Amino acid sequence: MAEHHTLTPYARALGIVLDRMDGELPVLRVEFTDAVQGRPGALHGGAISGLLETAGYALLRGALSDVGRPVSMKPINLTVQFLASGKPRATFAKARVVKLGRRTANLSIEAWQDDPARPIASAVMNVMVAMPEPAAD
Amino acid sequence: MIGLPANSQRVTTDFVFDPARAAPFLTQHSHNGWLGLTYRGHGPDWVELELPWRADLVGEEDRDVLASGPIVSLMDMASGLAIWTRSGKFRPIATLDLRVDYTRAAAPRGSVFGRATCYRTTRSAAFVHGIAHEGDPDDPVARVQGVFMTIAHDPRQVTNG
Repeated sequence: MAEHHTLTPYARALGIVLDRMDGELPVLRVEFTDAVQGRPGALHGGAISGLLETAGYALLRGALSDVGRPVSMKPINLTVQFLASGKPRATFAKARVVKLGRRTANLSIEAWQDDPARPIASAVMNVMVAMPEPAAD
Repeated sequence: MIGLPANSQRVTTDFVFDPARAAPFLTQHSHNGWLGLTYRGHGPDWVELELPWRADLVGEEDRDVLASGPIVSLMDMASGLAIWTRSGKFRPIATLDLRVDYTRAAAPRGSVFGRATCYRTTRSAAFVHGIAHEGDPDDPVARVQGVFMTIAHDPRQVTNG
């Protein structure tokens, strides 16, 4: 199970870790450090985006692996909504696969601090999950 | 290249935000400093920053390509600088919505440059679009669209500004 949630070098460098499993869904965490700080005393929006994206990839990696599909993930796009400023404390993120298609996956991700019901940011991302087929072009 | 922004007549003080001077200070600390963002250039309504390639910022173990997370941070910071450059004022802003389309794969072991243009500001919002490229702005690796809010004052209060 743990190998499903291998994090990228970027995610590890930023301090993102797997906090726990919420059923099948990995919950990631990043502590408040200088590396994720934007304005003094606030989380950087880019770091929040990095956490959201990392949570999306961690879940998708496991979801592909669970159904025996090759883990190939290329970003198509990402839209982040910033809902509240991130305070200087631990931040969590959890993703949901909205649709896992043959070629693309659509994910919805939320990040929160004290209360999962009060997210500080949310994101939607589309990911290419199949290698391009030469014949299809 | 320090010329006054087009709308600077509304600035009542002598201070005019200069990204060439401010960016090195604003990018040396915290998350931006950790990423190693550096100033590259600016115009009346745009700013370009560089995100140097670094081994611990890659997105896949076996490919030396920058992860998408740092590119979002690059574009977020370039957007903020573009807003302050266009308005001539350095005022607190918060990102409300940021969309990134990854239009092609980046090359291994290369810097990524983020150029953001602020094309519209209102009293409470600023609208930005931008590109991330590898040296040729006509061949971007990503396109960005963002909306930012000013957080300088409470909109429920009566202001004279």
